Amino acid sequence: MFRVSSSPKTRVERCYVSGSKIIMQLSGAEIVVRCLQEEGIDHIFGYPGGAVLFLYDELFKQDKVKHVLVRHEQAAVHAADAYARSTHKVGVALVTSGPGVTNAITGIATAYMDSIPMVILTGQVPTHAIGEDAFQECDTVGITRPCVKHNFLVKDVKDIALTIKKAFFIASTGRPGPVVVDIPKDITTHKTEFEYPKSITMRSYNPVVKGHAGQIKKAVKLLLEAKRPMIYAGGGVILGNAAAELTQLVKLIGFPCTNTLMGLGGFPATDRHSLGMLGMHGTYEANMAMQHCDVLLAVGARFDDRVIGNPKHFFEQPRQIIHIDIDPASISKRVKVDVPVVGNVGEVLKELIRQIEAARGGPDKESLKTWWTQIEQWRGRDCLKYDRTSAIIKPQFVIEKLYQVTKGDAFITSDVGQHQMWAAQFYKFDKPRRWINSGGLGTMGVGLPYAMGVQMAHPKATVACVTGEASIQMCIQELSTCKQYRLPIKLVNLNNRYMGMVRQWQEFFHGNRYSESYMDALPDFVKLAEAYGHVGMRIDKPADVEPALKEAFARKKDLVFLDFITDQTENVFPMVPGGKGLSEMILV
Amino acid sequence: MRHIISVLLENEAGALSRVAGLFSARGYNIESLTVAPTEDATLSRMTIVTSGSDDIIEQINKQLNKLVDVVKVVDLSEGDHIERELMLVKVRAIGKDREEMKRMVDIFRGRIIDVTDRDYTIELTGPGSKLDAFLKAIDPAAILETVRTGASGIGRGERILKV
Repeated sequence: MFRVSSSPKTRVERCYVSGSKIIMQLSGAEIVVRCLQEEGIDHIFGYPGGAVLFLYDELFKQDKVKHVLVRHEQAAVHAADAYARSTHKVGVALVTSGPGVTNAITGIATAYMDSIPMVILTGQVPTHAIGEDAFQECDTVGITRPCVKHNFLVKDVKDIALTIKKAFFIASTGRPGPVVVDIPKDITTHKTEFEYPKSITMRSYNPVVKGHAGQIKKAVKLLLEAKRPMIYAGGGVILGNAAAELTQLVKLIGFPCTNTLMGLGGFPATDRHSLGMLGMHGTYEANMAMQHCDVLLAVGARFDDRVIGNPKHFFEQPRQIIHIDIDPASISKRVKVDVPVVGNVGEVLKELIRQIEAARGGPDKESLKTWWTQIEQWRGRDCLKYDRTSAIIKPQFVIEKLYQVTKGDAFITSDVGQHQMWAAQFYKFDKPRRWINSGGLGTMGVGLPYAMGVQMAHPKATVACVTGEASIQMCIQELSTCKQYRLPIKLVNLNNRYMGMVRQWQEFFHGNRYSESYMDALPDFVKLAEAYGHVGMRIDKPADVEPALKEAFARKKDLVFLDFITDQTENVFPMVPGGKGLSEMILV
Repeated sequence: MRHIISVLLENEAGALSRVAGLFSARGYNIESLTVAPTEDATLSRMTIVTSGSDDIIEQINKQLNKLVDVVKVVDLSEGDHIERELMLVKVRAIGKDREEMKRMVDIFRGRIIDVTDRDYTIELTGPGSKLDAFLKAIDPAAILETVRTGASGIGRGERILKV
């Protein structure tokens, strides 16, 4: 089962003495809040309701855990998710039963797909009412099961502290993920003694940390013999805090490195070894090198369908694959690998570096030189070029200017669609945890709540949300939250009056039939921003882009909604069409 | 290929639905699934009969291991093992058929566990193929009702699945 070691009791208020032992009697609600304090949680995001009233009452009575009130539960989970993504801490959300939970599902599923460590506390109807179709009842454990790493229903006040300890432990170790703790209302009123376990071990849950030394040895041999090597790094590098190790490795052996959408910032984009992002909208050089390499080192990546395209086509070129991942189930799931290494990415990379340094002779320099010549030729194709003379604002131009104005040092969140791809292509991320987006689930509407979570975690930082006029409307109500907490987020709205990515696919694959992808009757975003108490700006000339961005970012205390009226027909290139191979890109 | 997988998991509420949910969410086959607590009441043991390519079976093993409630997973079909299934069959047994039915039960080493003047209820254990063979051997028109538990499996000799 599990072993528990307790921290010494320091507080003595509301205690009684039993024999020689001091025992504290706390309510379930008090225990929940004390657990959060013990975990060092400074912010939680939530929305109150009937089933969580006692919890909110306890939050009210203390000030260690600050509660951020959102306008919709989905945003609470997204904000807590971004808080986790940008800090490496566990994000915490609190919602009520029934609709509170169902509203939170999109947020939970989003975090699950991107392996984000989170604990979501949900209210539940009282235990005696469970199963009776009570008001605001839903089967939270059942409804969240497919989109959480694990979940719990607490049926006894005595189990709360241990369950919350387990939840944080499970969420933050191994391959991270969201954990739901469902707490019935009556449990929050029952009293018991409180002791927060200091550490915990579970017999059924023992994530691997160190990689197998023999496997790493095999990997080193392959890497040093490679003629056309390639490093492909994913979100695992960010989640595992292994950007420094990855950078050290690339510098040590001089191999080309590409990052996935989730891995951007894991290796500095401005370094010459970086080939940029790969995949469906990856760069020509990254995709070509990925297809033609003879030894591939995959680090914390999962050979996603948006990354390698058609696996059959991928395998037309023979190559040896080394795959480092903390999740054994990610290995050989879509692509058979030759040298699997299961372990914490950072630990494995450290050992890999150690063994390479100890090995006699480095990588094959001659072959590497030839390989780089080939790569530079591909890079010379300048696959991200676009019309810089256009009289209409090109969306790529806005991102380039955003990069320049923020000196490449902002936290950038994005929604989902064309703007997301342009942000990923044109904003050069040199640091991890600066690029916050929904990669796996592709959830429109995350951008604004993500920016809230990031700004809460980093109050002094520059935070911009790159969005589109369709995505932003999916969580637009959060402009009100931003006002309440004075969050000086800069919203960069690439407004092309279309669901751009849908329109692009319809143009390419559905005979230009723009079925339901045009958004008629858009709001006046400037007025909308003003109605929420913010600053709105509308920009429709290329010459005004940079001055507008400068002005917006100079307003350190204001949220500024920048509505850029962009080219309606611009497409994201390169593009690997669905079902096609990596080297079958559509280029500009 | 057919595989028989044994799983030791925490005897917690919802553990079964986590396994069942995993199979349906990822589109894996379940031919049968049985589960009951072990001699250690905190643990349940599950036997899953499934089929799929080697890649799919590998994924099933990994995905099962990934479930937080799962303590151990063993693919019994990777080595020598024994599997047994229990079947209860109610058959029409009237007149001269009564004696013939009893003979078939004896041949298959089954037992008649309930008798009326019109039918027998037969208990039969064995590998699934033996149960199939019995059903084929008797007159299909005589079968009134069947109920099968699905396979339970255990490794031979020193192959032991324990915490």
